[in-house]
Amino acid sequence: MSRGGPFGGRAVITGAGKSQVGRRLGRTGLELTVEACLRAIEDAGLTVDDIDGVASYPGGGVPQPGFSGASTHELQNALGIAAKWYMSGAETAGQIGPVIEACMAVSLGLANHVVVFRSVWESTAQAGGNRASALSSSPRAAGHLEYFGPFGAVSPSSWLAMPAQRYMHDFGLTREHLGAIALNARRHAGLNPDAVYREPLTMEEYLGSRMISEPFCLYDCDVPCDGATAVIVSRRDAASGLARTPLTVESVGTGMLERATWDQRRDLTTMAAHDAAATMWERTTLTARDIDHAQLYDGFSFLTVQWLDALGFFPHGQAGDFVGDGERFGLDGPLPLNTSGGQLSGGRLHGVGFLHEACVQLWGEGGERQARNAPELAVVAVGGGPVAGSLLLSNR
Amino acid sequence: MSSYTRPDFRLAPQPTAESASFWTGGERDELLITKCRSCDHFFHPPGPSCFRCRSLDVAPEPTSGRGFVAAWTVNQQQWLPGMPPPYIVAMVELAEDRDVRVTTNVVDIDPADLRVGLEVQVFFEAWGEGEDRVWIPLFRPVPAPAKGESS
Repeated sequence: MSRGGPFGGRAVITGAGKSQVGRRLGRTGLELTVEACLRAIEDAGLTVDDIDGVASYPGGGVPQPGFSGASTHELQNALGIAAKWYMSGAETAGQIGPVIEACMAVSLGLANHVVVFRSVWESTAQAGGNRASALSSSPRAAGHLEYFGPFGAVSPSSWLAMPAQRYMHDFGLTREHLGAIALNARRHAGLNPDAVYREPLTMEEYLGSRMISEPFCLYDCDVPCDGATAVIVSRRDAASGLARTPLTVESVGTGMLERATWDQRRDLTTMAAHDAAATMWERTTLTARDIDHAQLYDGFSFLTVQWLDALGFFPHGQAGDFVGDGERFGLDGPLPLNTSGGQLSGGRLHGVGFLHEACVQLWGEGGERQARNAPELAVVAVGGGPVAGSLLLSNR
Repeated sequence: MSSYTRPDFRLAPQPTAESASFWTGGERDELLITKCRSCDHFFHPPGPSCFRCRSLDVAPEPTSGRGFVAAWTVNQQQWLPGMPPPYIVAMVELAEDRDVRVTTNVVDIDPADLRVGLEVQVFFEAWGEGEDRVWIPLFRPVPAPAKGESS
């Protein structure tokens, strides 16, 4: 059966799992990773012996404490996985890049069932320090920080506040629009027992909260947490008779069409998200109008706005009109968005949490937070600045 | 206008063979930006090849040090000991090539007076000693012409 798209329907998701999620859990990254992966494998109706591939973002060798909960080697070791194919990396299409790699692997027949995970323990790692302490602990600013650190711009909040300011200047986006994204996330988090911040948030509280890097206030920034998420990417031919309806990966966005920097893009009101989205659309006959569910990265509220803009839900620049008061993003709206509370309120599971939630919603298992429109085609898009990856996932 | 005071600390850059000129041109009061001699465009950050025309004939050249604010943020969170907020982080586009930007601090201005397109001029702040000494390029508004002076 050919369904079109880059994988011709051969790449499907058959299971999803999530570990305990919370603040300062005091558990190791590997422990959380094992928990999420075993749950995903069981969710698919598989056993560890069926798994023949492992993939993860970003893998080992990452200096920031808590940013990488486990490497693929560590998981493969811990569970005794006989892997015929494996990979990890950060120089890929965002935090879901390894999911896309796994789709390629199963489509080419290199593996039948790949467990793909992302795990973090940033909350425990950062206990007693702030979020930039890891970045700024070295005596010298090197790599891409060379051109930001000397100016006190050591946090992504400062790097991304600048394009946000410019988008607001050029197109009339307001803090209230960003607030609508944050409040939407908080409303949904209230229905998610695993979410970090669940108490109601009002626009007044949002507007009155302390500034981090203008225009970003505290509630525009996601909340570090400990936790792991995992999905099983399967070859469709190997997925028959499993527990769930296989979810088809219809297209993927992997573009890096402009220079991978935080400040040299020709149009400052766009990001690599626009490159990823462009490549995702050129690989499918589906369009933005077909999407009825959205899981869009919100490391900062503005990044969700960027993804909406990049994906073409409206002509470039018109995000303010589209976002409005956020009503369309509710569980009763036409485009339910970030239904687990996103990273802003649910916790910074760093990308794969959105994919996990898209699976839950497409399987109709969101419980109290299930989108009422019975979604059939979800977009999952992650990353900000020069980091971007996206995919379309359907249950049809 | 708020008056700039040098902070107690800046996170020093780790210059590379390609970026050393950018960080040391300030010793002679020059903002050195890498320029392609083939297509005659600047680019930043420095590198061994021109991303536009792929020429390898590139080298740092002095610029006017003039630029225009393209985007900014007022950072309000203390990230680094010795560098207290608030401070303005901005992308400044070069007068010579408007799509080439330097991320920097704009100082000597009330944040309420910042505008996209505001004209700014480079100045340099030296940090470190000996071989580690660098000249960090900062920007401040170009003074308005005095009354009666032609612009």
